[in-house]
Amino acid sequence: MLAYLLRRVAWLVGALLLAGSAVFVLLRVLPGDPAVTLLPVGAPPEQIESIRHQLGTDRPLLTQYGEWFGGLFAGHLGDSLFTGIPVLDQITARLPVTLPLALTAFVLSIVVAVPVGVFAAVRRRGLAGVAVSGLAQIGIALPIFWIGIVVVWLVAVQWRLLPPGGFPRAGWAEPAAAIDSLILPVVTLTIAQAALLIRYVRSATLDVLNQDYLRTARALGYSLPRALWRHGLRNGAATVVSVLGVLLAGSLIGTVVIESVFALPGLGSLLLTSVKARDLPVVQGTVFLMTATVLLVGLAVDVIQRVIDPRLRGSA
Amino acid sequence: MTSVPVLETPRPTAGRRLRRGRWSPSLVAGAVLLGAVLALAVVSLVWTPFGLDEAQPDARLSGPSAAHWAGTDRLGRDQFTQLMLGARTALQVGLASVAVAFAIGVPLGLLAAAAGRLVDDAVIGLIDIVIAFPTLLLAMLLVTVYGASTAVAVWAIGIGISAEVARLTRISASRIFTQDYVLAARTCGTRPVMILVRHVLPNIWHTLLVQATLAFGIAVIAEASLSYLGLGTPPPAPSWGRMLQEAQSTVSVAPWNVLLPGLAVAVTVIGLNLLGDGLREALDPQLRRDRRVVAR
Amino acid sequence: MTVLETTDLTITLDGQPLVRDMALRLAARDRVGLIGESGSGKSLTALALLGLLPAGMRATGRILIDGRDHRDASDREWRRVRGRTLAMVFQEPLTALDPLMTVGRQIAGPLRLHEGLNRADAQRRAIDWCHRVHLPDPQRLVHALPHQISGGQRQRVALAMALACRPRVLIADEPTTALDVTVQAQILALLDELIEETGVALLFISHDLPVVAGLARHLLVMRDGRLVESGAADNVLRRPRSDYARHLVRSAAQVTRLAPTSVDHGQTRDISDSRMARMPMINESGTEGGQS
Repeated sequence: MLAYLLRRVAWLVGALLLAGSAVFVLLRVLPGDPAVTLLPVGAPPEQIESIRHQLGTDRPLLTQYGEWFGGLFAGHLGDSLFTGIPVLDQITARLPVTLPLALTAFVLSIVVAVPVGVFAAVRRRGLAGVAVSGLAQIGIALPIFWIGIVVVWLVAVQWRLLPPGGFPRAGWAEPAAAIDSLILPVVTLTIAQAALLIRYVRSATLDVLNQDYLRTARALGYSLPRALWRHGLRNGAATVVSVLGVLLAGSLIGTVVIESVFALPGLGSLLLTSVKARDLPVVQGTVFLMTATVLLVGLAVDVIQRVIDPRLRGSA
Repeated sequence: MTSVPVLETPRPTAGRRLRRGRWSPSLVAGAVLLGAVLALAVVSLVWTPFGLDEAQPDARLSGPSAAHWAGTDRLGRDQFTQLMLGARTALQVGLASVAVAFAIGVPLGLLAAAAGRLVDDAVIGLIDIVIAFPTLLLAMLLVTVYGASTAVAVWAIGIGISAEVARLTRISASRIFTQDYVLAARTCGTRPVMILVRHVLPNIWHTLLVQATLAFGIAVIAEASLSYLGLGTPPPAPSWGRMLQEAQSTVSVAPWNVLLPGLAVAVTVIGLNLLGDGLREALDPQLRRDRRVVAR
Repeated sequence: MTVLETTDLTITLDGQPLVRDMALRLAARDRVGLIGESGSGKSLTALALLGLLPAGMRATGRILIDGRDHRDASDREWRRVRGRTLAMVFQEPLTALDPLMTVGRQIAGPLRLHEGLNRADAQRRAIDWCHRVHLPDPQRLVHALPHQISGGQRQRVALAMALACRPRVLIADEPTTALDVTVQAQILALLDELIEETGVALLFISHDLPVVAGLARHLLVMRDGRLVESGAADNVLRRPRSDYARHLVRSAAQVTRLAPTSVDHGQTRDISDSRMARMPMINESGTEGGQS
């Protein structure tokens, strides 16, 4: 297990280097001059030059590459082109919005989806089971921002229960207002994520229901719920954990859209405005950070799976 | 361990099975839903109720009526016209993205399955990295460099999906590569390319086809999301995602404008998913065997 | 005293009969063999006897357990007899065991469920049972996972699980089919020993006549969902009445006669020990198990 962990961490470092390079290549090496696209058409050449200098794109690629990675290791992701504020500071300033949003939705969707998914599997022939899987199917097919708009219309516009968007200027210093403004985004993200998870939990449960060992348990006198509890938890979890990784990553990425729907000043909206403003360093840093998070979650999932299922430990 | 070695490629009877008319409910429902969207897109090529930019200032944000079946937006443009043209965009971008995804993913997957351990590991690593760049992030990177355009959306979505396609191709192909009849063919000295053509592809195409319909659905949602965020097909080309983005600001006075584009996305995606389920049931002989479930 | 009796048992799927008018009776110490090719309905019969028919199938007729008709019994009533009155061992020991649960906990499960033992007591009894089914080093083995032990050992575990709560009828559905021939012989010998020791009645289901003949005193032959022959094992083997049973006996006799020349001596000894080889010329006196 320790050897495996070491190997896996080494792989992670390699993957991070590759991901960092990929971001660099996409932004700097591919044809297309950021300085030109940044300025209005017909800008004087000296202005383009000065922007290039500011971006550092006038220096040799290799130097830029070295600086990018040097910065990564030093924990310095560069400064914003427009505000001059260090990228890392901007990111940390946005986390108090994005992290609670993504994590709460992630936890809530598990709490909702696991029992509902098991129910849908056990009752898959009944009306309730069919209805649940049908609803989940529809939930998966709906764009998350559409769900968000409808939720806003219903709860904020029609019923006037909660604010339709925004976040208190004072942030968490006004806890009640901050929580109020996060409720609808969390609900929206939870609906979208739970729909997906219900499907996976349902099929993982069906898989367990089809297993011979479940029949063995039934033949020895276990009731269906007890047999599922005894055997389904571990065996189902082994399958579902891999989905949870995807789901956590999805929650993080989903915040980009959600924050746009609800006008929240989070990491996602930072990224979106920077993309539109072509604020290269901010885009570069934020994307790398999100990618690194996804890779890290992937590592955690692999390790957890091995803890749950010892059969995996034998293989490479 | 009890299976009898089969020395011939099992002939895929899939096409025959479909022609014989085994249309499951999900296949029919999927075909109908997708057919409706396709019809909208095709008809829009020759006819739409109004011109795309034909704004009628006196009929802003009017609800559904005989003249405007789906109402008008805040500039007085006909929403049904936009829906029809949006269907075209959605299907075009979806199809192109799936094409990109398969053009990248299938060869990669086959390569990983057919080549040695080293290549396999490299491809798996590549897949892991691409998976770490979700479509949205990829699109954002590309938009930063090139600006928002349909082509950028197609590439971002296509590359994003290609990782999953490559993963699936690799798994299904290597399952075939270890079958006894492929081993037999290899022992007889059949060239790897011939094994691919004769044994592997005929046995995995139905899996890939199902994957393509599901990927299509994912691409349609991704296209709508990118347009909604202003990262996709730029105006004036119509798109369901941008219709929703514009309708969001007027939701308190014209909620119906939000309803239809969202439903259009949902109908398309559900249609594609049902079609995928139906195709899987019809084409995959493995799934057809009776499943034993002790639950009651 | 009859523990399990079924009459006119018919199993249908969407109105199509899969098993028709099946009848059998089991009393303490009975050893009944149920033979038939795959698809003849023998496994379905076994599942019906435990009330575990796959969803969509219906059983009609009578399923008497200790004199009570259980055909339309509630899940509660069924659970009271499963594991305690009737127990079952399945064909594939790898999939019949939970791959992620230790062997000890799997054997201990029914004990905790039916006898309310606490974790430690149940574990102790599980170790006892490992001894009784001759598993090596039980103290250590109870902590192993199914994939860490051999196929024969897995089937021993399945037997221990089934017998743990002292059921009065053991239904064994092709318990040796997935195993090597030598291991098969060992499991049959163990089964013989355990039913002698515990007095449990055995319903042994197999497609393999020589295997059944070694254990059963009474034979039932099924084909296409119907009982085509029933009688004392000796009679059926020596004077089969139906064409199908005759065919079965003849082909089995050929196989067993060929066997000694095709395998080396060490193994043949094992097989004959397991009473498979003597199949065509059974002359055992103890055929008092004849019934129905």
